[in-house]
Amino acid sequence: MNARSTSDPAAKRNRVIVERRSDRELVVTRTFNGPAGLVFDAWTKPELFRKWWVPQSMGMTLHSLEMDARTGGSYRLDFGDGMVFFGTYLEVTPPSRIVWTNDEGGQNSSVTTVTFEDRDGTTLLTMVEVYPSKEALDAAGTGAADATHETFGQLDDLLAQLNA
Amino acid sequence: MVQYRQGSLDAAFVALADSTRRGVLERLGRSEASITDLADGFHMTLTGMRKHVRVLECAGLVTTEKVGRVRNCRIGTRRLEEVAAWIQRYQELWDARFGALDDIVEDLKRQEQIDERTQH
Repeated sequence: MNARSTSDPAAKRNRVIVERRSDRELVVTRTFNGPAGLVFDAWTKPELFRKWWVPQSMGMTLHSLEMDARTGGSYRLDFGDGMVFFGTYLEVTPPSRIVWTNDEGGQNSSVTTVTFEDRDGTTLLTMVEVYPSKEALDAAGTGAADATHETFGQLDDLLAQLNA
Repeated sequence: MVQYRQGSLDAAFVALADSTRRGVLERLGRSEASITDLADGFHMTLTGMRKHVRVLECAGLVTTEKVGRVRNCRIGTRRLEEVAAWIQRYQELWDARFGALDDIVEDLKRQEQIDERTQH
């Protein structure tokens, strides 16, 4: 193995791919240079999770974090000023799969599924967000590059109608 | 009020990072609505909905106007193409998160190696 310092700026970062797989699905994929068990731990142990979920560039501070990463358990992230994210873990299967609800969205709430595939000591992570409707995902504005023009074109049409 | 730091993710991104606010935007895309209508539609308190609308208003995505005792909300004046840039920021957010996650995975790997060595 090529042991590199974590602060080495020359260390190449694996690429994040964001794509819209269907009307209601948004998919994020990324490879990590470690076994699935370790990557899974970083998503399910609160003391590890809080170290990476709120990177400095977000400009936000996590005021409190409660997570019980077991099937049927719940989580709550409080950023203060009424900005709270919460939901339930529908499935937690170590070290391969986590499914949770994003209940702060009310009717437009999405369900997130993260899978961890071990590939000779590296991990392919796939995160799928499923929205209740095409409209909910369109509103999220997270279409892949090729879907962007279409999505925002539709919103532009709506805007034009409203202004007419 | 939510504080936004310059040079990081901007107000529009923060506004759109929340699924309720994305829902509100989609709802207002169809027709204007009062805070009360929105609160009812999203099963929220008036206070909660007021906060969400204020965040969207700060980001220029929604405008509001008080008519008598009712506050009407409609889609804002901000060009939606401008907002399209948030997709890139969404990717940047995950890139930043996963960069930090790389560091943790490296730490955990190192810890495992140390544990193995001490066991032998």
